[in-house]
Amino acid sequence: MAQIKSKNTSFDSLNFMYVPALILFFVFVVYPFAKGIQISFTNWNGFSQSYKFIGLNNFKTLLGDKNIFTAFKNTLIYGLGSTFFQQIFGLGLALLLNEKFRGRDFARTLIYLPVLIAPVIMGYMWYFIFQYDGGALNDIMMLLGRDVRDWLSLGKTTVWLMVLINSLQFVGISMIIYLAGLQSISTIYYEAAEIDGASHWEQFKNITIPLLMPAITTSVTLNVIGGLKLFDVIMALTAGGPGYSTHSLSTIISYTYFNTQNAGYASAIGLFLFAFIMVISIFLQKYFSDKEVQY
Amino acid sequence: MKKKNSIGKSVIGILASIINFLPFYIAISVAFKKQTDLSSKWILPNYLYLENFADAFKKAEMLLAIRNSTIITVFSVTIIVLVGAMAAYPLARIQTKFNKWVLNLILAVMMVPPLSILVPLYSNLSSWGGISSYWGIILVIATFQLPLSIFLYTKFIATIPDALDEAAKIDGASKLQIFYKIILPLLKPVTATVIILTGIFAWNDYQFSLFFLQAPEMKTITLAIASFFSHSSSNMNAAAAAALIAILPVVVLYLALQQYFVKGMVDSAIK
Repeated sequence: MAQIKSKNTSFDSLNFMYVPALILFFVFVVYPFAKGIQISFTNWNGFSQSYKFIGLNNFKTLLGDKNIFTAFKNTLIYGLGSTFFQQIFGLGLALLLNEKFRGRDFARTLIYLPVLIAPVIMGYMWYFIFQYDGGALNDIMMLLGRDVRDWLSLGKTTVWLMVLINSLQFVGISMIIYLAGLQSISTIYYEAAEIDGASHWEQFKNITIPLLMPAITTSVTLNVIGGLKLFDVIMALTAGGPGYSTHSLSTIISYTYFNTQNAGYASAIGLFLFAFIMVISIFLQKYFSDKEVQY
Repeated sequence: MKKKNSIGKSVIGILASIINFLPFYIAISVAFKKQTDLSSKWILPNYLYLENFADAFKKAEMLLAIRNSTIITVFSVTIIVLVGAMAAYPLARIQTKFNKWVLNLILAVMMVPPLSILVPLYSNLSSWGGISSYWGIILVIATFQLPLSIFLYTKFIATIPDALDEAAKIDGASKLQIFYKIILPLLKPVTATVIILTGIFAWNDYQFSLFFLQAPEMKTITLAIASFFSHSSSNMNAAAAAALIAILPVVVLYLALQQYFVKGMVDSAIK
C-alpha cells in the first residue's frame, strides 16, 4: 500500500521539472501572443500611452491592402519556390552522394557548409555577386556582351534570385535527410526488382520514392516552414524594396512596426502570418500522413 | 566503362560544390583586395593585403561583437540544455494524457514564426527593461529553441529502458537522484546535438538581435556585419573581411566536428 502511494506521489512530483520550460513559453510566447491579439484591435503607434480600439478595422484594411498582397504572394514564392528547388537539388545530390566516387566526402562537406552560416551574412556575401557596380554577375554579363543589370532592384526577378540564394544555402539539409533516407532502404528490394527486369526509372519510381516518403515529408515540411519565415536574406539584400516589391510577410511586419509606426496593424499582419503558417503545416501533415507506405 | 561513370559523378559533385562555394570565393577575393583595386571580383589579388581585416576589427568593432555573441550563445545554450533536459524527463517517463498535451503544446511553439509576435514581444520586453540587455535576448532565444531541445531529449530518454530507473529505485534512489545520477550522464550524445544545433542558431541569430539589441555596445556579429554593409560610406572590402571573420569560428568547428553536425541534423529531422 505504502509502496503504491509513494510511487504515485513521486510521479506527480516529477512534473514540476517542466515548469521552468512552461514559464518561459508563457512569458515569451503565449502571453505576447494573447497581447498581440489585443493590440491588433487598436490603432496603437508602438510608443505612445494612448490608443483607441478600432475593432476589426486593421483586418479589413489588411484584406484590401495591395502591399500586403504583394508580401503574401512573395511569401508563397519564397516558401514554395525554395521547397521546390531544395527537393529537386537535394534529392539529386543525395542520389549522387549515395554512390561511391572520388571527391564524394569533399562535395558533401562543401554543400552542407552554408547551412551553418548566418543567413544574413550569406545574403551579404551574395551582394558582391549581384551588386550593380562591379558585381561578379555583371562582370560575366559584360564578358558575354550582354547588358549589365541592377539585379537587386528588379522586383519579381529579385524575389526569385532570393529564392535561389535561400535554396542553395539550405539544400544541404534536404540532401542529408534524403541521404539518410536512401541509406535506410534495404538493397533487397533493388535486387528483387533487378531479377524481375525492372528498369532504373521503374526502380526509382516504385521503390525509392515510396520508401523515401518519410524523408520527403520531413524535408518538405522543414523547407516550407523555413521558406515562409524568410527574413534575414531579404533584409540583407533589399530590405523589401524597391517599393514593396520584395517584402515577405515577416519583413513587412517589421517595416510596418518600426518604419511606419503602425503597431496595431503590424500585430494584425502578425496574426495573419501565424494563421497562414499553421494552416499550411496542418495541411502538410494531413497530406503526407496519407501518403506514407509500409512495406 | 565503370571508371568513366565514376569520373562523371566526380565532375557533377565538384561542380555542385563549386556553385555552393561561389559566394565564399567572391567574399575572399574582395576581402584580400585593396579598396583602390577595381579588378574583377573573380580575380584573386596577386599581393598579400591584410589591412581590411585590421579595419574590420577597428571599425566594425568585431572583438566587441564576438564577445557579445559568445556571451549570448553560451548562456542561451546552457538554459536550453538544462531546462530542456529537465522538462523532457517527466514528459518521456510519465505518459499521462496531460503530459502528452503539454508536449504537443511545446512542439507547437516550434511552428510560431517569431515575427508574428514581434510587436507584443517587443513592447513587453521594453516595459520590463529587457531591450538591449543580455537577459532579454538570451531568454527569447532560449525560449524559441527550447522546443527543439525538449523534442530531442524526450525522444532520446524514451529509448533508455525503464528498467534502469526501476533498478535505481530499488537501490533507494529518489526520482530526482535517478535523473541526475542515472539519466543525465546518459544524455551526452544527444546533448552534443542540442548544443550544436541551438548554438549555431544563437550565434547566427539576426531577427531577434536586430530588434532587441539596439544599443551599439550590445551588438552581435550579425548586427556588426549588417551595419557595416548597410552604410554606403563603409569600406566594402573591410565589410567582406568582417563577414569572413564572423563565419570563421563556425567553419573551423564544422570542419573539426563534421560528423556530429551532420548526425545532429539527421536526428533532429527524423522522428
